[in-house]
Amino acid sequence: MITTIEQLQSYLESFSEFSKHSAGRDLGWLRKLRADAFARFCEVGFPTTRDEDWRFTNVAAIAKSSFRLADKTETSVSQGDLESHRISESICRLVFVNGNFSARLSSFADLPSGVEVSSLSAQIEKDPASLERHLGRYLNIQRDAFSALNTAFAGDGGYVHVVRGIVVEGAIHLLFVSTGNSSGQAPLMTHPRNLIVAEPESEVTVVEDYISLDESVSFCNTATELVAGDGAIVSHYMLERENRQAFNVSTLRMQQGRGANVSSHSVLLGGAIVRNNVHPVLAGEGGECLINGLFAGTGEQHLDNYMLVEHASPHCGSRQFYNGILNDHAHGVFHGRIIVHKDAQKTDAKQTNRNLLLSDNARIDTKPQLEIYADDVKCTHGATIGQIDEVALFYLRSRGIEESVARKLLLSAFAGECLDRMKPGAARNHVEKLIDESLSSFMQSCEESAGELKLSERELHWEEVG
Amino acid sequence: MSLLEIKNLHASVDGHEILKGIDLTINAGEVHSIMGPNGSGKSTLAQVLSRHPAYEVTQGQALYNGKDLLEMKPEEAACEGIFLAFQYPVEIPGIGNAYFLRSALNAIRKYKGEDEMDAMDFLPMFREKLKLLEMDDKLMSRSVNEGFSGGEKKRNEILQMAVLEPRLAILDETDSGLDIDALKIVAKGVNALRNKDRAMLVVTHYQRLLNYIVPDFVHVLVDGRIVRSGGKELALELEEKGYVYEHEARQAMLA
Repeated sequence: MITTIEQLQSYLESFSEFSKHSAGRDLGWLRKLRADAFARFCEVGFPTTRDEDWRFTNVAAIAKSSFRLADKTETSVSQGDLESHRISESICRLVFVNGNFSARLSSFADLPSGVEVSSLSAQIEKDPASLERHLGRYLNIQRDAFSALNTAFAGDGGYVHVVRGIVVEGAIHLLFVSTGNSSGQAPLMTHPRNLIVAEPESEVTVVEDYISLDESVSFCNTATELVAGDGAIVSHYMLERENRQAFNVSTLRMQQGRGANVSSHSVLLGGAIVRNNVHPVLAGEGGECLINGLFAGTGEQHLDNYMLVEHASPHCGSRQFYNGILNDHAHGVFHGRIIVHKDAQKTDAKQTNRNLLLSDNARIDTKPQLEIYADDVKCTHGATIGQIDEVALFYLRSRGIEESVARKLLLSAFAGECLDRMKPGAARNHVEKLIDESLSSFMQSCEESAGELKLSERELHWEEVG
Repeated sequence: MSLLEIKNLHASVDGHEILKGIDLTINAGEVHSIMGPNGSGKSTLAQVLSRHPAYEVTQGQALYNGKDLLEMKPEEAACEGIFLAFQYPVEIPGIGNAYFLRSALNAIRKYKGEDEMDAMDFLPMFREKLKLLEMDDKLMSRSVNEGFSGGEKKRNEILQMAVLEPRLAILDETDSGLDIDALKIVAKGVNALRNKDRAMLVVTHYQRLLNYIVPDFVHVLVDGRIVRSGGKELALELEEKGYVYEHEARQAMLA
């Protein structure tokens, strides 16, 4: 435990303030949920690198800082500020500024019937019973301090509910905006809490999109519970593109029913220290899960992906594909844990992590971890670490394509593997544009450090467990 | 002015000298063939001329169209009109063939100050060239060379050459691994591109290709030097007597 008394004190003050004003403070079950979670957080504190699940990611920078919750007064953010972050063809957009829902900036215009979308705070006021059945039922606050902290401050976020058999076209866009204050106060923290409930045989796409409007420090600790009923088809996108000072910890907990098909797409482009937890539980027979991700870091960015795939039922399939591109001093982590429970016979689990290191100082730690308690399963895993293919680069250049353009083409092709796994549509188009912009800015920083590029031994960390 | 003028060219890779003083002059409209045993430096010459960064030129000069070729980057050489048909064409997953080729063509056009070609103009021209190489246009929606057979890869090289219309085409063992039918198609494609402004340098180990692409000049490369030059009949003589003969003749000459 590295959380000092001072820091705990600051969280305690925030919590008691939050308890006085938060939505649902009078609901016994919710109050208990939050209080238990806060107690758990106080008990364990932030993890350290001695904790196996956090070996490669040091969160001291988060633990040692004091953050405060934003007050709920309306901000000066305007529609114009968000214009370039719009997903064209999204059917609705919920905007949260520093963790608080902004009705003024949101739009629900094109929502079909059978779909309920609102802020969690509004839903708590309107129909708390609909939440009680799900909220906090899946996320494990015992094993993860950040999840506990999020639950303690669970007050606002996105709520999506799709009625049985309804197919929602287009994407539901949850936009989380962080923007600083100039008053010299402590940096802001937010704990967005999202709940996505897709009833049996429904179909929906939800995009969580995290952005900064300026260069101020912030700590975003977000958690999403996604419930996919029997035969439901859900695509979830987590897009991290905050500024290079931002700390972002996200946890996606997916609960899949019989024959449910859920895709999780994570695209990490921004942030200083980013931890992306994806935790599906395949709880019904014949479920399918795609866990697809791209992380591209440069400068001093630290991008950690922690996958925990639980096969709890027979005949389920999971496929994990994560591609990493790391430049400068960036540090990437891929931890792919697969647990196959005793009864999950005929499990088919696959895991692939591919990485490109563009500089001598870039680093990747990749670690598969398979725990198999059933005896008739197929589990494969593999990881590769390489550089830009110099032979391919020369081939492109020999046809007249400029070196920087050729490099970008090769990076785009590598990132394109992740795009190809996304269903064509509004969300994918949005992601494609973001990746293209990000790789272009990458190429600029590559050119600046081109002198350092040479083939030599890299810092490789490769470990196999189970 | 000659199109390519090489004088006393020395080149090394990883500190090993491979080319040990090459002299070669190629004029527009000519087809030259470089023959020689394995390891004699044929491919190195091709790579140096297309400006592969792994090869270090330690001595000598190469003027292309009056400009210092050795100062050029690979993409500059390509934009100036040099094309290398690779001995081992590279597979590039994730980049479509047609997209790649249009990007290359437009890079070259931009360099020359010409307008870029849009997809509408590109496609009919591209289809024409596909027909010339008897290639299935289904291949073009795939990634560059990915899943191509050996013959398809070699044909794809000539297809690229047909689209990019270089002034100096270097064919590096384009015949290796080709059956006779594929060889004829490749040769037909190459011959269709012969004209008075374009020169070709055909690097090959075997005389077979030269039955179909008939050169104006043949040079024999042994141990990093051109030991003999002549007309197309030299290729036949080599076929008969083998490179060993050339090598021995050279040793005798040195002695």
